[in-house]
Amino acid sequence: MPKLTINGQEVEVPAGTTVLQACQSAGIEVPHFCFHERLAIAGNCRMCLVEMEKSPKPVASCAMPAADGQVVKTDSAMAQRARKGVMEFLLINHPLDCPICDQGGECDLQDEAMAFGFDRGRFQENKRAVKDKNFGPLIKTQMTRCIHCTRCVRFATDVAGVSELGATGRGENMEIGTYIEHALTSELSGNMIDLCPVGALTSKPYAFVARPWELRKTESVDVLDAVGANIRIDTRGPEVLRVLPRLHEDVNEEWLGDKGRFAIDGLMKRRLDKPYVRVDGKLTPASWAEAFTAIAARIKGLDGSKIAGIAGDLVDAESMLALKDLLTGLGSTNLDCRQDGAKLPAERAGYLFNTTIAGIDQADVVLFVGTNPRLEAPLINARFRKRYLMGGFKAAAIGPSLDLTFPVVQLGEGPEVLADLADGNHTWIETLKGAKHPMIVVGQGALAREDGAAVLALAHRLADAAGVVRDGWNGFNVLHTAAARVGGLELGFVPGAGGRDVAGILDGAGSGSIEVVYLLGADEIDTSKLGKAFVIYQGHHGDAGAARADVVLPGAAYTEKNGTYVNTEGRVQLGRLATFPPGEAREDWKILRALSDPLGHKLPYDNLAQLRQRLIEVNPRFAHVDEVVPADWVAFGAAGPTGAGPFVYPIENYYMTDPVSRSSPTMAACTESLRATVSQKTGTNG
Amino acid sequence: MSGEHDDVVVEQPKSFEFTAENLERAKAIIAKYPAGRQASAVLPLLYIAQKQHQNWVPRAAMDYIGGLLDMAPIRVYEVATFYTMFNLKPVGTYFLQVCRTTSCWLRGSDEVTETCKRKLGIDLGGTTPDGKFTLVEVECLGACVNAPVLQLHDDLYEDLNVELTEKLLDSLAKGIVPPKGSMIDRQTSAPVGGPETLTTLRFDGDGNAA
Repeated sequence: MPKLTINGQEVEVPAGTTVLQACQSAGIEVPHFCFHERLAIAGNCRMCLVEMEKSPKPVASCAMPAADGQVVKTDSAMAQRARKGVMEFLLINHPLDCPICDQGGECDLQDEAMAFGFDRGRFQENKRAVKDKNFGPLIKTQMTRCIHCTRCVRFATDVAGVSELGATGRGENMEIGTYIEHALTSELSGNMIDLCPVGALTSKPYAFVARPWELRKTESVDVLDAVGANIRIDTRGPEVLRVLPRLHEDVNEEWLGDKGRFAIDGLMKRRLDKPYVRVDGKLTPASWAEAFTAIAARIKGLDGSKIAGIAGDLVDAESMLALKDLLTGLGSTNLDCRQDGAKLPAERAGYLFNTTIAGIDQADVVLFVGTNPRLEAPLINARFRKRYLMGGFKAAAIGPSLDLTFPVVQLGEGPEVLADLADGNHTWIETLKGAKHPMIVVGQGALAREDGAAVLALAHRLADAAGVVRDGWNGFNVLHTAAARVGGLELGFVPGAGGRDVAGILDGAGSGSIEVVYLLGADEIDTSKLGKAFVIYQGHHGDAGAARADVVLPGAAYTEKNGTYVNTEGRVQLGRLATFPPGEAREDWKILRALSDPLGHKLPYDNLAQLRQRLIEVNPRFAHVDEVVPADWVAFGAAGPTGAGPFVYPIENYYMTDPVSRSSPTMAACTESLRATVSQKTGTNG
Repeated sequence: MSGEHDDVVVEQPKSFEFTAENLERAKAIIAKYPAGRQASAVLPLLYIAQKQHQNWVPRAAMDYIGGLLDMAPIRVYEVATFYTMFNLKPVGTYFLQVCRTTSCWLRGSDEVTETCKRKLGIDLGGTTPDGKFTLVEVECLGACVNAPVLQLHDDLYEDLNVELTEKLLDSLAKGIVPPKGSMIDRQTSAPVGGPETLTTLRFDGDGNAA
C-alpha cells in the first residue's frame, strides 16, 4: 500500500494504482483524454501531466505507478503551464467546429479547453485535414477532430476483440482507421462513440438530432437480450433519441451491445397504435370497447382447456402475471413463455446463469454447449474475453465452429460429445475436472430441440461428474436470449396441470382442440400453425403475431412502461417509462386488467403497486430488486436418449432478433453491411 | 512515402509469398524471438518482402507477414506505414534517396536534389514515366564526412556535386551502375588527396602496422 502526498494531502492507495487514480481517490480531478480505467494504459495525450518532486519534468500521471513517498502537485504553476501547453498543441489541428459537432455539450476536449485553453491561437500554418473513414452504419467519423488518444483502438483490440482499428502513418500524417476501408465487425462498436473524448466518432443514426441538454434522461434496463444491461434512455418529447449504457459492475460494466443501443429507431416504426378487429378477413381499426366485445364474445362460455396463452420475449413480468392470472381465472392451464420450445425445467438452477456474470471473472475453464455468446449476449462474451486476457483461461465448445474473439477448442457439434464427456470417454473432461472454477454454459441451441430435456439432464450429469458445482461455486449456467424468459419462469408462466406447452398449443390450434390463443408479444412462433384458432395479439409492433391475429390490442414497448425484468442470472431489475405509448396504446398490464372485466374475471389489482405486491406474493424473489438469489443444486432435466444432429445456434443475425430490431432501419443497415462483409470474405478466401 | 494513404488506390498484386530462400531467412529471424513474441520479427520480414518485391511492400505481403507472425493485418499496416523506409507503392528501378540533413545540406545537397529533379523531370516523391527512377529526400544517411551523399538501394554515392550527379544519372540511365562510394578520388573517408596524418605508418596487407 504505497503512501504518497498529493497537494499536501497524504493518500494511501492499493499497490498497482496509477498516480492519476490516486489523485482521483483523493477527490482531486486530473484532466485526461487517453486514460480510461477499463482500457490498457497508453499515456499518449499528455493532458494528465502533474508536478512530482525529484522529477525535473512534469510526469504523465496516468502512466506513472503510485509509489511510496511521492510528492505530487496537481495545481502548481508548473503543472498548470504544462497542461496549457498540451492543450495548445491538441488544439493546433482540432477544428473550431463545436457549433456543428454532435459531441458539443458533452465533449471532454471542450470542457478541458474551457479550463486550460488559450484565448487565441498562435499557430499560423494550415490545420491538417483528414479524410473521414467509413466505419459502417453505426459510427460516423469526422477524423479531423481526432486527437489520437487511441481509446477506440484499444477498445477494439482488447475489449471487443476485433483487431481492426489502428494508427497508421506517423507524426503529422498519423491517422486512426482500418487502413483498408470496411465496416467494423464488432457487436460492441457503439461503445467507441462513448469512449471518444472528442467528436471524431459520433453516432450515425443520432447525427444532428439533438443536443444533450435538450434530452430527458430515464434510467432503465435493456431488454433486447437477456443480459439486462443497465441503460439510460434519452428522450425528447415522444421520441426515444438515444440509449446509453449505465454503469453496473456486475452486469454490463459500462458497455452496451449495438442492438440495445441502436435498435431504438425501430420503436417509431410499424407500431400498433390502435386496436384492430378482423372483419371479413381484414384487420380493421376498432375502439377498445369493440375489441374487448369481440374477445368476450369468443371467450365467454368457452371451456378453459380450449384457451391458451403464449408470452413473448420482450414482455415484462407484470403483464405476464396479469395474463396468467386472467387465464387461470378462465380455467386454462395452457400457458407457456418458452416460444422457442426450449426444454427449460421448473427448477431454478436449471434455467439460471448461476455463476453470475461477475462470477466469470473467477472462472478458469468454460465449456459452451450449443451457444454462441458473441451473438446471444455480446456483453457476457466481452466478460469472457476480459477473463481470457487475464491469462490462465481455457474455453471449449460443443456446436458448430465459432469465433468468440478468444481461442475456443471445438470438441464436436452435437449431444453425443456431451454424453462422451459425461461418461468420461472424452479426454477434455480432465481439463474440466482439474479446474478451480469450472463453468458450463448451456445455450438455447442445446435446449430448444426435441431432445432438449435429455440434453439438459446430460449437462447436469456432466456438471456432477466434473464437480462443476461445489462449495461456494455454482458453475452450471443457462444462457438465455430473451429478456422475458427468466421472469416468465420465475412466476410460473409454464403449462399447469394437464396444460399444453407451445408445441402442444400449436398442435391443438391446428387440430381445433384449442380455440383461442392469446399472444402476449409473441412473434417468434410459427403462426402458420395456429390453424383456425381465434388469435388475440397484444403487443407493440405489427410483426408476425399481429399479422395473424383476429384482434390486435396495442401495448407498450419496453421504453414506454414501468416493468420488471429478470435477466439470465435471475437478477430482478426495473425498467422505467421514458415516453408514453403511441396513440391509443396502453401499458400491457392495464390492458389485461381492463379486459378481465368484460370477461367476468376481474383481476384484483388496480395499480402497479398492487400488481407488484401480487408479484411478490407469487414469488418473493421479485422483492429483491437488483439482487441475485442463488438457486439450490437439485436434479433437473429428463434423462433419455438424445437425438443426432448438431446443435443449431438460436441467433444467426445479431442485428435482427425481435420486433423492435426487425423494425429498425439502423439494424437493417447493419444486417446489409454484415452480409456484404460475409460475401466479401468468401470472395477473397475462395 | 508512408503516411500517405493513397497507396490504397495503387494496383495491388493479388497474392504474395516469400521465395523458398527468403522463407528460410524469415524463419531464422522468427526463431530469434521467444515463442509468443514472434511479432517482433515484423520489421526484418517487411524488409525482406520489400527486397523480394521490386523494392516495395504490397498489401498482400503485409497480410502474408501478418499470417506468418500471427498478427492482425492492421498491426502490420501500422508498422509498415510508420517507417519511411518501407515503400507502399511501386518505385522506379533506381530508387534515389538524397540526404538533406545538416552536413549534406551545408555541402550542397540542394544542388544534388535540383540536378536530379532537372535531369529526371520529376519532383520529390515522383517516378519517371519510364519507371526507371524514383527520387526522394531523406534524413541523415550517416555518411556526413563524405557529404553530400545519395543512396541508391544499399549503396551510397558520396562527395557529389552537380557534374558528378549528372554523370551518375547518365550512367544509370544506360543501365550501368557505377562503383559505389566516393565519386572523387578519395580513399574511403580519408581526407581528399590522401592521408594527412599518420603518414609515416605503413600497413601490411592485413591492415596491421608494419
